[in-house]
Amino acid sequence: MSLQKVRVFSRFERFWHWTQALLIVTLLFSGAGIHGFHQLVNFETMVWIHVISALGLMVLWTFAIFWHLTTGNWRHYMPTRSGLFKVLRYYAWGIFLGEDHPYRKRFWYKHNPLQALSYLALKLVLFPLLWLTGLAYLLYGFWGQGALTSGSLEWIATLHTIGAYAMAVFIIIHIYLLTTGHSTIEHIKPMITGYDEVDLSEAEEAYLEQDEPGRIIKDK
Amino acid sequence: MLKLSMAFSSVLNRKYLILCYLLFNFIPPLVLAASQPGASMAAVEGGNTELGINEYDITAKKRPVDKSVVILGEKAEDTSTTDHSKLKELQGPFSSGPEVTKACLSCHNKAGHQFIKNKHWTWKVHIDKTGQDLGKSVLVNNFCTNAAGNEGMCAQCHAGYGMTDARTYDFKNEDNIDCLVCHESTGTYYKLPPSPGNKACAVMFEGKPKIDLTKVAQSVTLPGRSNCGACHFYGGGGDNVKHGDLSSVLFEPPKSVDVHMGVDGENFSCVICHVGEGHEWSGSRYEPIAKDTIGQGKPGLARQTATCESCHGLQPHPGNLMGLKLNDHTDRVACQTCHIPQYATGGVATKIHWDWRTAGKLKNGEGYREEGYIQGNGEPRHTYKSIKGNFKYGENLKPMYVWFNGTERYLTVHDKFDPAKPVEINHLEGSPDDPNSRIWPFKRMETIQPYDKGNNTLVYMHLWGDDPDAFWGNYNFARAIKHGMDDFQLPYSGDFGFVKTWSYWPITHMVAPKEKALACKECHSKDGRLKDLEGMYIPGRDTNPWVEKIGIFAVLATLLGVLVHGLIRILFSRRRKAS
Repeated sequence: MSLQKVRVFSRFERFWHWTQALLIVTLLFSGAGIHGFHQLVNFETMVWIHVISALGLMVLWTFAIFWHLTTGNWRHYMPTRSGLFKVLRYYAWGIFLGEDHPYRKRFWYKHNPLQALSYLALKLVLFPLLWLTGLAYLLYGFWGQGALTSGSLEWIATLHTIGAYAMAVFIIIHIYLLTTGHSTIEHIKPMITGYDEVDLSEAEEAYLEQDEPGRIIKDK
Repeated sequence: MLKLSMAFSSVLNRKYLILCYLLFNFIPPLVLAASQPGASMAAVEGGNTELGINEYDITAKKRPVDKSVVILGEKAEDTSTTDHSKLKELQGPFSSGPEVTKACLSCHNKAGHQFIKNKHWTWKVHIDKTGQDLGKSVLVNNFCTNAAGNEGMCAQCHAGYGMTDARTYDFKNEDNIDCLVCHESTGTYYKLPPSPGNKACAVMFEGKPKIDLTKVAQSVTLPGRSNCGACHFYGGGGDNVKHGDLSSVLFEPPKSVDVHMGVDGENFSCVICHVGEGHEWSGSRYEPIAKDTIGQGKPGLARQTATCESCHGLQPHPGNLMGLKLNDHTDRVACQTCHIPQYATGGVATKIHWDWRTAGKLKNGEGYREEGYIQGNGEPRHTYKSIKGNFKYGENLKPMYVWFNGTERYLTVHDKFDPAKPVEINHLEGSPDDPNSRIWPFKRMETIQPYDKGNNTLVYMHLWGDDPDAFWGNYNFARAIKHGMDDFQLPYSGDFGFVKTWSYWPITHMVAPKEKALACKECHSKDGRLKDLEGMYIPGRDTNPWVEKIGIFAVLATLLGVLVHGLIRILFSRRRKAS
C-alpha cells in the first residue's frame, strides 16, 4: 500500500458537485425569501428563481443518478461500521490533540465511513424529501382541487421546510469540516483539480499505471 | 306640532324647500319628467350654489352622449338592420312615456312579455338556492334602508312609469315599461321620483327642460354606459355611495380606472360583459357565480354569463412558468381579488360608514347638510345630512377578502338577530373547505341604523311622503318606523334602538390594467392582505411554529457547535505549539 496522487473526482463529478452547490445555495436563498425570512428580491422573482434552480437540480440529479449506477461509483457511499467509531472519536477528541485523521482514502472507497454515511443519508433521505415535496408543491395545480385547504398542501410545505432546515445544517457542517484538514485549501483542491492522495494497493497502482496513466501522478 | 302646521300651511316655507332640494339631489332624478307634464321652467329658490348642492348634479345635467362599444368588434350602427328615426311609428308626437312604449311594443311584440319578468321591472327575485324572496320591493339595506313604502322616491330607478306603491302597481301593464331609460342615446332623457312627496317639494319638479320624446324615441339603440349608469352608478342615494366600484367615473373612465371600459382602451359598455338575451342579463349580485368552471365554453356557443372566465377562460395567464403558477390560483382565488387592487378609484369616493343616530338635527328649525370630505376629483361630499345622519367616505380602498361560494343569505325584515353583535344584512356563504368557494374582494358597508328593540328585527321606515310621519320632513324616528311597519302589517314592539349592520358588496368592476394587478407579496407575506383569512396555508404567510422553532434552533446550534469545536481546536493547537 502506498499513498499516491490519484484523480478521484472525475470531470463530471466535479461539475456535478459545484453546480449542485450553486443551485442549493440559490434554492436556500430564494426559499428563505419565499418563506418570509427576507425581502431582498421580490416574491415573484424568488419563486421564478426557486423553480428554475429546482428544475435544473433535478436534471442534474437525473444525470448524477445515472452516473452513479452505470459507473459503479455508488460503491463509495456504501455504509460501513468498520472505522466509523475511530472517525467519530477523532472529530470528538483526537482532532484537538493534533492526531492524524484515522482514515486514508482508498481507490474504491474515497470517503471516510462518517462521510459515506452522511452523503448516503443526504442522497437517500434528504434529497428525495426535498425533491418529492418540492415537485408536489410545484405541481399543486394538477392535484390541488380543494387541497389548498384540506391540509395536504400544508403538510407538503411543512416537510419541504423541514428538509430546507436540514439542508442548511448539512451545509454548515460540510463547510466547517473543510477547515479540519492540514489546510482548508487542501480540502477544496481535490474537488477542483480532481486529484487527492489515495492509499493504493499494488494491484491498483499497477492497474492505473497500465490502463489509466493520466489518473495517477507519480512524483516519487 | 306648531312647526308642522306652519309647514303645511305654507308651500313656500323655506325649511321644506331646502329639504326637498336635498332629497331631489340625492337620488338621480330619474322618474320620468315626461309623466309630469305640468313641468314649468320656474327657477328654484336658492339655487344649487347657495345651498351647496352639487353632490349629485351630474345626473341633473345632460349626460354625455355615449359612444361606448355595445357590440364586440363592430359598431352598432353598422350592424343594425333598422334606422329607428325613419320608422313611421316613431314620428310622434308623443305626450307621455307610455305612448312611446306602445309604439315600441307594436313592433317588438315580445319585448314587453320578456321585460315584465325582469328584476328591473318586478323588483322581486326568488333565489332557489336559499328559498328566499328578495328584491328591492322587500329588502332592507343599510343605506336609505327600505324602498318598500318609499317607492314615491325610490322608484325613480324603477324601469317603469309611475310606480308609487309596489303593492298596488299593475305589473302586467306592459305599456308602463320604460323602454327609453335603457335604450335612448341622446343623453337628454331623465326621470324624477314618481310621487312629489311633500307639497313643498313640488317645486323640485320644475325647472327641468322638457324632454323631446320623439327625438329620444328615435335615438334608441343598445344600452350604453350612460343608460345603465344613470341608476347603477348612483345606488344608495348618490355617486358611488353603494357599490364602491360603480361610480360616475365609469361614464367616461380612463383605462387606468377600468381596463375594459376605458375610453382610451376597450371602451366597453356594460352589456359587453353583462350579456343577455330576451331582456334578461347575466351578472346578478343576488346570485353571483363565485367560481366559473366552464370558462369560454364551446366554440361558437356564446355563454350568457358575466364571469371573467367566460371571456378569459379558465387558464387566463400565459403558458410560461409564472403564468402556470398564476393559473394555479384560479381554483381558489377569484380573478377580481388580484386584478382589482383597490376600488372607488378615479376620484369619486364611496360611503363606508353611515350613522343614522345623528339624523334629525336642525339649524334654525331647518334641516341642513355639512360638507366634510373633498374627494379625489376635487368635489365635496356631505358628511352630515339632517335627513340621513353622519357619513364617512373612502377612496382607493383595499377590499376586504372573504371565502365566497356565490350564496348570499339576506336578513329580511322578518328575521330576528342578536343586536349585541354586528348584524349581517347579507351573509356571505363559503369557506376554505368548500371547493366551490373562492377568495373574493368585497366592500363592507357599516351602518348604525334603527331596529325594533323589542323584536330584534330590522324595520321599515316611512321616509317619503306628504304626511306628518315621513321622516324626511318630520325627523321623528318613532313615527316613521311605526308608520313603516304598520303599513306592511309587520309586528312592531313600539320600541326602537340602533344596531350596527354590515352589508357586503362584491368588488368586480374597475378592473385595473394588468401592470397594476396585485404583486404576490400583497398576500404572500405575514402582514399581507389575507393575514386574517384563516383555514388555509399560504406560502410566505404561514409557517408551522414548531418546525420554525426547531429548525432555527438546529441551524443556530450547528453554527454554535462548529464555532465551539473550531475554538477548542485553535486553543489546543496553541497549547501544543507552546509546549
